[in-house]
Amino acid sequence: MISILRSMWLIFLHVFHKTETVEYPEVKPYLAPRYRGRIVLTRDAEKKERCVACYLCAAACPVDCISLQATEDKDGRRYPEFFRINFSRCIFCGFCEEACPTYAIQLIPDFEMAEYDRQNMVYEKEHLLISGEGKYPGYDFYKNAGVDMGVKGKGEGDNEEKPVDVKELLP
Amino acid sequence: MKYVFIIAGVLLIALTIAAGLIWVERRLLSVWQDRLGPNRVGPFGLGQVVADTIKLFFKEDWVPPFSDRPVFVLAPGILMVTILLTFAVIPFGPNFYVYDSNIGILFFLGNSSLGVYSIVLGGWASNNKYSLIGAMRASAQMLTYEVFMGLSLMGVVMMADSFSFCKIVEAQKGGWFFIPQFIGFIVFFIAGIAETHRLPFDIPEAEGELIAGYHSEYSGMKFGMFFVGEYLGVTLISALIATLFFGGWLGPSFLPPVFWFLFKTFFFIGVFILLRASLPRPRYDQLMELGWKVLLPLALLNLLVTGAILIFMK
Repeated sequence: MISILRSMWLIFLHVFHKTETVEYPEVKPYLAPRYRGRIVLTRDAEKKERCVACYLCAAACPVDCISLQATEDKDGRRYPEFFRINFSRCIFCGFCEEACPTYAIQLIPDFEMAEYDRQNMVYEKEHLLISGEGKYPGYDFYKNAGVDMGVKGKGEGDNEEKPVDVKELLP
Repeated sequence: MKYVFIIAGVLLIALTIAAGLIWVERRLLSVWQDRLGPNRVGPFGLGQVVADTIKLFFKEDWVPPFSDRPVFVLAPGILMVTILLTFAVIPFGPNFYVYDSNIGILFFLGNSSLGVYSIVLGGWASNNKYSLIGAMRASAQMLTYEVFMGLSLMGVVMMADSFSFCKIVEAQKGGWFFIPQFIGFIVFFIAGIAETHRLPFDIPEAEGELIAGYHSEYSGMKFGMFFVGEYLGVTLISALIATLFFGGWLGPSFLPPVFWFLFKTFFFIGVFILLRASLPRPRYDQLMELGWKVLLPLALLNLLVTGAILIFMK
């Protein structure tokens, strides 16, 4: 009997508690910077595409929602001819972001992508590409790695050392 | 002419409160569960009631082919009629009642007993084992709780020396009956919860065990009638508690008597919803045990002591 009245009183006290509800369209929830939402393709500091069309994201994708076709520009550098993500399949696991060697594909804190037509959930490259650098400003894959294609000499990258002369054993 | 207005007023008040309770209950429950509840349709979400009603009207009104059709259609109506009839004898104010019957309490008890038929027939006509189990539970529960619901009111009747609700209210001018009749009030309140089969005594429709009990097969506005009938029952029991134990329309004169009556009624409706928010459902045998072994002796004891004191004071 006492416990019944006590639980009624405790429940009544919830009148003075703060509500947990976030009134969503008016009040946006806080999304952490590393929230896994909509997928974008970023560019480097010189506004060139970071993607080198290595297919690692498509291989890592557990639901096969990424499809792309590699091609080469006049410098012999690879870039995707088309890059397509079917967001009606995407499960926002972030494996593509982890697999990407050039920080090109990134997941951003945005989830408001509802569409009336299912076909509109398929994002082409022009929808995916953003003009900014995303989470890694200043990073340029070709300044750190990559073979000599006449654009950057061997050992001239930012975090690269001059190649060791294998004939010379002195330190 | 005045008579027609009063009947229309009572019907309007009763049905508006019952329909509005859908919103009130959801909002209050959400307050007690740290949520917001329906607040999108119209101001404060009040349009939710209208939206729900329109939805119920436009739903397919399906009568199962395996059911006993006439009884199936009739059952929800019985509930509404019996409860709405009882509102006729309740005084909303000093001159605001449909009919001041000199057997008002008996009229209420009779009507609430007839209300059981709605549930039993509804469960039986559905021809569904869950509905039937729900109906059986409802009939056993109502039978048990009807017994001392009547007995718990006899103390009030003895003190007021009348079965008429108006006379009972007037007899409380010296002091509200819930102080001398506290046990009667508690017993009547518990019996009232069981009578309207509200939580925690919603055993006839326990959704975890029986899907929805006696109204599993009902859809559309027939379900809506059961639904509104339940809220009408809550309003009725709250109004009766206010009338019989808390002085009905009596109150300080700076507000009209109807306001005091509605204020007290709404207070007890709030308690009904608080009970739903806080208490779990008892087991079926626990319910029966509480009824026969605790509340019935309590009601009889209350009757005995009240009678003895009244005779002693004469």
